[in-house]
Amino acid sequence: MDKSMLKYILKRVLISLITLFIILTVLFIMIKSLPGSPFNIEKMSDAQIAVANAKYGLDKPMLVQYGMYLKGMITGDYGVSYNLYKDVEVSALMGNAIQISFMFGIVATIFGTLIGMLLGVVAGLKKNTIWDTLTTIISVLGVSVPSFVFALLAVYFLGYKLQLFPLQYSTRDPISTSVLPILALSMSVIANVARFTRTEMISVLNSEYMTLAKAKGLDGKTLIFKHALRNSLIPVITILGPILVNLMTGTMVVEQICGVPGLGSLLIKGIAANDYNVVLACAFLYAVMYVVIVFIIDLSYGFIDPRIRLGKGD
Amino acid sequence: MDKFEFLPDDFEFVGEKQDITKDVVAPAKPFWKDALGRFFKNKGSVIGLVIIAIYVILAIIVPIISQWNYAEINTSLSNISPNGTHIFGTDNYGRDIFVRLWRGTRVSLFIAVVAVVIDVFVGVTYGMISGYFGGKVDNILQRFQEIVNSIPTLVVLTLLLTVMKPSLTTIIIALAFTEWIPMSRITRAQVLKIKEDEFVLASRTLGASSFFIIFKEILPNIVNQLIIMCMMTIPNAIFYEAYLSFVGLGLPIPEASLGTLVNDGSKFFLVYAYQMIIPSIALALLMLSFNLVADGLRDALDPTMKEM
Repeated sequence: MDKSMLKYILKRVLISLITLFIILTVLFIMIKSLPGSPFNIEKMSDAQIAVANAKYGLDKPMLVQYGMYLKGMITGDYGVSYNLYKDVEVSALMGNAIQISFMFGIVATIFGTLIGMLLGVVAGLKKNTIWDTLTTIISVLGVSVPSFVFALLAVYFLGYKLQLFPLQYSTRDPISTSVLPILALSMSVIANVARFTRTEMISVLNSEYMTLAKAKGLDGKTLIFKHALRNSLIPVITILGPILVNLMTGTMVVEQICGVPGLGSLLIKGIAANDYNVVLACAFLYAVMYVVIVFIIDLSYGFIDPRIRLGKGD
Repeated sequence: MDKFEFLPDDFEFVGEKQDITKDVVAPAKPFWKDALGRFFKNKGSVIGLVIIAIYVILAIIVPIISQWNYAEINTSLSNISPNGTHIFGTDNYGRDIFVRLWRGTRVSLFIAVVAVVIDVFVGVTYGMISGYFGGKVDNILQRFQEIVNSIPTLVVLTLLLTVMKPSLTTIIIALAFTEWIPMSRITRAQVLKIKEDEFVLASRTLGASSFFIIFKEILPNIVNQLIIMCMMTIPNAIFYEAYLSFVGLGLPIPEASLGTLVNDGSKFFLVYAYQMIIPSIALALLMLSFNLVADGLRDALDPTMKEM
């Protein structure tokens, strides 16, 4: 790794950190201006509310609260939940939720990528056949139809009508109950990957080095597996990052429908209950994931495809 | 290989084809005519356009001429399955779903179109300023844009609407707030490309002001990309609106949008499946049509743009 690359990475890390700090500040201000209070005002007397506010430090000025939050955050303390899960550490709540959401995201991405690549390759090889048309239809549908519509339809038809899979997620049987949400989530991955692979495959098949390989007299198998597949699948890696990020936020509603206790449902529950610390931690975590993944993708371009070089301006 | 030689019948006289080198020059057509021709050759986008047209017409006339009202609650008519009087049945409050569906389509389309118009306005101005002036201005504007862009859209939308109470205006504001970024990026990239061209230099030499160059020289050259972007943003806006309704941050009752209808239907969908399936399919079909039209427009207006 040469010096300019190192400088570029350091610069990007610094910018990412500043970005995250600004995001945290904006989120903090937004969340403090949420309407309502985290406590059940109707059932509590003024004195009780004052006690509760004092207990959690909510009576202090906003700047002081922000300072306290930042200080806690560095040591891994994200505060406690006010009312959703009375006084439970947010970091403990998040730990479970992240695991589940991340597992769903990764499995859906892997599953969707494999199926999508398969469809894309077949469509690219057999252009203008029934397979190609089928792939096009699947990819247009997958891109257009929201994941929660897929989730609802899957739960209704596969889960309820055909009784193939359980309707709701349960920790007792995590594998069979995850099938429906993962299926719904992976539809958009399948669509995007299939479409992209097909385009890449066609452009590789039409390239001059393929003509050369054919002219050299290579047989069909070597031609497709050694030359075409390799060159058309590498670019697919570059679109996986954005897809994963989309999936992570897209899980919110699917988690709701299928009763998955993930990060998205935690965030939505937190907002409904005015549980400041939970909302802040969840929203910030989404931003962190996003920034980190975008950062990794940017760096990986250079490694995956040496043809992509950093611009002079960066 | 060593004993290879040509035989007399290896070659065959093709005849005296004198016109073999004749170039066929396509008749010059205006760009728009050419683009329209390419657009209408694409079956998918024509179907998409027809479906959108049907949606728009039904969304306008059905709520006007129907004997049912989209908001009127009549519990004696609740949860009737689709039949002759109620084509798509009624919901839990006895409201006709057919009327509510088209009323909802009207609202969803309205939200999407207005949000996209604001996006174009904000995004194009931002991108133009950033790209045209460059230097420090560009640097500051781009950093700001990067920061806004690095919070996931759905999280921003959710928080924005929790802070501002959900209503037609706030939903449009929130959508505009998140969707202008891609628009500004495309504009900036195009401006950076075009501003070095000779015709811009010529205009500047003739004494044109920055304002004139931006709006009279550069803007007409990026209109194509903007139209394509608009068509891609509309289904996004419809999706985000539906998503918000689903999270419980949609339009307040009794107003209907495609999102609130799917959300309402999903509450009892194991019992009254039609209440969920009909709006879901309507929503999916509308988004599909917009995507098809956007694809066709991209191929027609900008043949050099790579498919992704």
